Amino acid sequence: MTGLAGLSTPITMGIFLGGLYVLIALGLSLVFGVMKLINVAHGDWVIVGSYFAYTAMTMLGIDPFLSLVMGIPLLFGIGFAVQRFLLNRAFAVSLDAALLVCFGISIIFQNFCQIIWTPFSRGLKPPYALESFSIGAVHVPLVYLLDFIAALVVMLFLREFLRRTYLGKAITAASQDRRAAQLMGINTGRVYAFAFAIAMAVAAIAGVLLGLTFPFTPTSGVSFLILAFGVVIIGGLGSMMGTFIGGVILGLAQTLGGYFLGAAAQMLVAYILVFVVLAVRPQGIFGR
Amino acid sequence: MPQETLLKISNIDVFHGSFQALWDVSLAVRAGEIVALIGANGSGKSTLLDTISGLLHPAKGKIEFEGKDISAVDPFQVVELGITQVPEGRRVFPEMTVLDNLIIGSYNRKARSKREPNFKMVCELFPILKERKNQLAKTLSGGEQQMLALGRGLMSDPRLVLLDEMSLGLAPIVLNDLYKALREIRAMGITILFVEQNVRRSLREADRAYIMEAGRVVLSGDVAELREEEEVKKAYFGV
Repeated sequence: MTGLAGLSTPITMGIFLGGLYVLIALGLSLVFGVMKLINVAHGDWVIVGSYFAYTAMTMLGIDPFLSLVMGIPLLFGIGFAVQRFLLNRAFAVSLDAALLVCFGISIIFQNFCQIIWTPFSRGLKPPYALESFSIGAVHVPLVYLLDFIAALVVMLFLREFLRRTYLGKAITAASQDRRAAQLMGINTGRVYAFAFAIAMAVAAIAGVLLGLTFPFTPTSGVSFLILAFGVVIIGGLGSMMGTFIGGVILGLAQTLGGYFLGAAAQMLVAYILVFVVLAVRPQGIFGR
Repeated sequence: MPQETLLKISNIDVFHGSFQALWDVSLAVRAGEIVALIGANGSGKSTLLDTISGLLHPAKGKIEFEGKDISAVDPFQVVELGITQVPEGRRVFPEMTVLDNLIIGSYNRKARSKREPNFKMVCELFPILKERKNQLAKTLSGGEQQMLALGRGLMSDPRLVLLDEMSLGLAPIVLNDLYKALREIRAMGITILFVEQNVRRSLREADRAYIMEAGRVVLSGDVAELREEEEVKKAYFGV
């Protein structure tokens, strides 16, 4: 379909696909909001999540969503350990040192994935991965809907966790004033570790959805990191609502760009949009 | 009447990097007292409070609380042991509500079970906080933020409260309310060590005082005695 009448499909697809970008960017936004650290390995953590789900599928026949029962604790635990024992020490030196450590982790993860799973592109292909469905005139791949639902569920969980639990409030407090948080009896080292671990647990979920939506290789982390940057630039770093809006806008930019200008142009439109936001309102829509 | 020595600081040296901020400082606070720590900017008062709170550690000497050596303890553990600092500039969590600020005050293990009674107590002490409980902390006035900071500190169920420059930027009327609250807090059995630049006011509100200059304690004693001290009169009262 061409013309404005056919817009409903790319718009719906864009919003749903945006859910995946929200999921990928959430972990990045959380870590930055709490620790002021740009985790340049974030995309690679997500891809590790994708590969874990891939292995669970191909070797054990486990559905990707089911494999999260193992994948989430795994990435949570590794994330906790990395922050507690590695990044914590780097922070004591300087923020740049922590950034470099993240960069090192990125290289290690990429090569680790390359060695184990080879550079060939992989995908998560359970039976429902190829299904699509229609609402009236709109025709959407099922996984895109799953992306969107997953984003909403995770965002809701995260928001309630931060609002209602002591640990959640402690994470929020520590991100607003670290010194005051320490003086309130909060073990900020441990709280930071939990925040990072939670961000990596979200990355595990994002990895599953990513693997269902797109093919991936050991170096895909970089492209999705750039997309995640785009999301937080548009939406504003550290704001969950901003991350959501940013993700949806980016998804829309991609699908509408592809619709009007062809598939080759879709990422171009998305990136140009990021540039425009950087030029006009660099702190993003909800940024402070 | 013998009183328990709650906090005992013995001959500590404290460094900021390679810069020595405290020289051979000794200080004691007895249970139930209100003690003032007076001095100009840069005299080391805040450094001393930060060292008690565990944000800094003495290079020499020791700090004892309730008889236990706490010189090397982490900040969050110091709170659990019963010492809470209300920091300079209040430092309430700006994007959190008044209620959440108070709740997070009871984060440490020992304070959690006492959250409800402590919350009631804080609301009675500072009714304005109850009124504004759903407002974001950053929307409060300076005086209200100071009450919130104090209330938040009390939520951690302390035996000893360290108050850093409570009066900064506040009007005398607001200060009167705050000092009245301090007396009520003392009446509840909580000991107070407060840091102040305003000598007159401090000597009025405290039982004993330490005067610091350039990282050393230069004078100490009961406030009545101190007011008569020639040096104090000259330096601070222009006599």
